[in-house]
Amino acid sequence: MKQESIADNLKKLAIFLALTAVILILMRYLFPEQSALSLEVMRDYSMEVALIFPPVLLLMGLADVWIPEDMVKQYLGKTSGWRGILLSLFLGTLPTGPLFIAFPIASEMLKKGARIANVVVFLGAWASLKMPQIGVEIQFLGLEFAFYRAGLTFIAVICIALITDKLLKRSEISWGKILKE
Amino acid sequence: MLVALIINIIAIGTLVYSFTQSSRKSIQALKTALVKGLKLAPWMVGIIVLIGIALSFVPPEVIERYLGGEMTIYQVVAAALIGTVSMIPNLITLPLAGSLIDSGASYTTIAAFLTTLTMVGFVTMPLEIKLLGKKITFWRNLLAFFFAIIIAVIIGVLM
Repeated sequence: MKQESIADNLKKLAIFLALTAVILILMRYLFPEQSALSLEVMRDYSMEVALIFPPVLLLMGLADVWIPEDMVKQYLGKTSGWRGILLSLFLGTLPTGPLFIAFPIASEMLKKGARIANVVVFLGAWASLKMPQIGVEIQFLGLEFAFYRAGLTFIAVICIALITDKLLKRSEISWGKILKE
Repeated sequence: MLVALIINIIAIGTLVYSFTQSSRKSIQALKTALVKGLKLAPWMVGIIVLIGIALSFVPPEVIERYLGGEMTIYQVVAAALIGTVSMIPNLITLPLAGSLIDSGASYTTIAAFLTTLTMVGFVTMPLEIKLLGKKITFWRNLLAFFFAIIIAVIIGVLM
């Protein structure tokens, strides 16, 4: 990774932020009522992303230099079978934060040779089976509902992953368009 | 919050350990993280702004009006569709779902709403396509939508 690449991306980010600011200012004048509410939502979401995204990036960077591709292939690759599915499921239930933070991780997994089924299981678990989230769900919707929903989602996530895996071949998919140098 | 803290501690701990093993590799890891972060940052900002604006035009009270009351098959499908197109932070969603149940909404409807809300992402699709390709994105989201309805129906039978 070269120095220019960092400067280049910084410039793009600055332009993007300026555009965003213009949109937000326009909104303040055109829809003052909605503007206040949307800023509140953005603040909450930004907080969550600001807390989770940096360590996720850091762990991705460290994984990139320390975890050899062979190891990813062995544990999550084509021949990893049910062990690979369960490992991906487990990895997906640990974190917190919105699903779009998981996309770059999933992209790296694919790049390093993980099976499509495992990547989709990981995303599904991150989306709906995160343990911290289930705790809050029990609090608001009751143990019975949370138990059934998590159990059924568990089965559904595995079905979705296996069907997607059957339908697609690794050679047909193009991934990591942003992250590739 | 606690989980976020733990993830940060793990990341920093791993980084420190990494430095004790090889500072060259660790610096490379930091650079990779920085470049990836900068590349992804505009997407994150864009998604957050879009979510904020969308939610302000369709506030929780409006969702409440559609998802409360008598359950019909249309309502379940509508719940799944609302969950698909919206992205609401969990901090808001779960209390909202709880109050909907209290005010008489059916568990089936709420299950459909919650499942597509978390698993199917319309707003984030451009980023998903960029990172995972069109095909995975298409099938993952489509299948998740159908399974959400199946899950909702079974929950309706069980509860």
